[in-house]
Amino acid sequence: MHMADALISPAVGGAMWAATTGIAAYSIKKLPKEMDENKIPLMGVMGAFVFAAQMINFTIPGTGSSGHLGGGLLLAILLGPYAGFLTMASILTIQALFFADGGLLALGSNIFNLGFFTCFVTYPLIYKPIVAKGYSRTRIFAASFIAAIIGLQLGAFAVVLETLFSGKTELPFNTFVALMQPIHLAIGIVEGLVIAAVVSFVWKERPEIIEKATLGKAIGSTSIRRVVTVLALAAILFGGVFSWFASSSPDGLEWSMFRTAGVEELESPDGIHRVLAAIQNKTSFLPDYGFKAPETESAVTAGEGEEGEASWPAVNSGTSVSGLVGAGFTLALTAVIGLTISSLKKKKSNISA
Amino acid sequence: MSNIMNSIFDIRLLDDLARKETIVHRIHPLVKFLTTFIYLIVVVSFGKYEISGLLPLLIFPVLIMTLAELPLRPILKRMLIAAPFVVGIGIMNPIFDHQAVSIGGLSVSRGWITFLSITLKSVLTVSAALLLIATTGMDKLGSALRMLKIPRLFVLQLLLTYRYISVLMEEVSRVLRAYAMRSPQQKGVHWSVWGSLAGQLLIRTFERAQRVYLAMRLRGFTGEYNTGGYPGIAARDIAYMAGWTVFFVIARIYNIPMLIGSLFTGVIL
Repeated sequence: MHMADALISPAVGGAMWAATTGIAAYSIKKLPKEMDENKIPLMGVMGAFVFAAQMINFTIPGTGSSGHLGGGLLLAILLGPYAGFLTMASILTIQALFFADGGLLALGSNIFNLGFFTCFVTYPLIYKPIVAKGYSRTRIFAASFIAAIIGLQLGAFAVVLETLFSGKTELPFNTFVALMQPIHLAIGIVEGLVIAAVVSFVWKERPEIIEKATLGKAIGSTSIRRVVTVLALAAILFGGVFSWFASSSPDGLEWSMFRTAGVEELESPDGIHRVLAAIQNKTSFLPDYGFKAPETESAVTAGEGEEGEASWPAVNSGTSVSGLVGAGFTLALTAVIGLTISSLKKKKSNISA
Repeated sequence: MSNIMNSIFDIRLLDDLARKETIVHRIHPLVKFLTTFIYLIVVVSFGKYEISGLLPLLIFPVLIMTLAELPLRPILKRMLIAAPFVVGIGIMNPIFDHQAVSIGGLSVSRGWITFLSITLKSVLTVSAALLLIATTGMDKLGSALRMLKIPRLFVLQLLLTYRYISVLMEEVSRVLRAYAMRSPQQKGVHWSVWGSLAGQLLIRTFERAQRVYLAMRLRGFTGEYNTGGYPGIAARDIAYMAGWTVFFVIARIYNIPMLIGSLFTGVIL
């Protein structure tokens, strides 16, 4: 469920980073000043707990299926949404750095997908209203179960949108949604049961841990209006990114602009060709591009997103061959550099030893 | 079970690697952090059909790995761990995009090209992130984040989470080992003890947090995590970042393998 860098475009990654940074800044501001210091070790140690507890495999007998502990909602229940969100953010940062679980550029989206929906949507809108009527085993169980499932569904849907907006997958929207949502429903049910079991156990043993967090000052001020405002802001951000994509260039942005000129030159008939060639000469970065200019450029164009599609048939075998030769050469060069340095280093350490 | 032991080992290994003293390790953490980010943005900004243009960027992880004297195997292993989701999504491309294109006389489905491009990007981005932590370490990365004006509270909390992960993972692995020995022939944790197993751990962790806080107060904790300060950014650091950035931009604008290739074939023909 963690987004990887390879599946995200800079624009989507950047937008999600911006959204996440905004929510994190808001959360830091909302953490009551006097609680700060006291809560930091609790946040840190609970974050480490969730990290470690996610490795426990909870199995459902007879079905062969198993699940893990979902972090976001549990942290919101124990620490409140603000501290919960920040703790979730650091868990995901460490996972990205040490386990390559989700990328650094995609970190913004991952924190959003797994932290925002649980801490700021399902926690205040589902969990809190249900337990607000008074704590009981059934209510706590139902509240955490439903909140966990819906939180994961929202997160999975966000993964679908982010991947599609990034334009890296050929999966049609419907198929993608039909794949992601049921899988995450199955995961969510197990996750929900685990969270519900854990929260009700802790409530039975040490009710103050669960009750203090929900009634405490830190969370008292989460109003539905606030949540709706944040959601609206996120929607605007999403919408902004989407329209940006719908409008024209998918990724390369300004790079693809001047390469478009190359496409037109190759595809147009002779008459227009000359005119366009003249324009292209003026507009392209390097007019007298040395090595076999037209072919090289066409292949480069083909490498670009949407514009490239039109020019695919235009790739002739000559360019492809030089592309393959060059690629092989580049790889060989990289390997030689790497091997030379490491063998030099070994020699050096042998001498010094 | 073995999974959790592996993870503890992994974290320790990266910690050890980060303690080395090589040219790359000595570069200022903030500079390394920013360079990695520029690299990631450049890699990801390539179009979905691009393969050859991405290849020169392979030199960044290769050079860092050799200069920092990092072992190849653990890094490769982690790349494989990251692979399933990327490959799972990427493999859909050959299924949904059949249009054939010709490369050097060979007919290839366009879906495979995008799949290959995604896989290559995954290798580049994952290795860059791992190499950042393997040459910097968490504490120094924390100080880099502070220099970027990331709020104290967040950085402090991040470093504490990191510090306690190995402690709690060991605790979890002990609990799991005890459970496994008392419940033979069972793969995971039975549902009847879901609540009590994880719940006990949670309560214990809660109490640990209280003790940690008291211990910190006794040792004069006032809300600041002291990383011992860090020397300023030297000319060498600026050169490092500028050099790489220039290379990344050149590799982004010009298709270097294509240039080399046409030079070669041009000479031959």
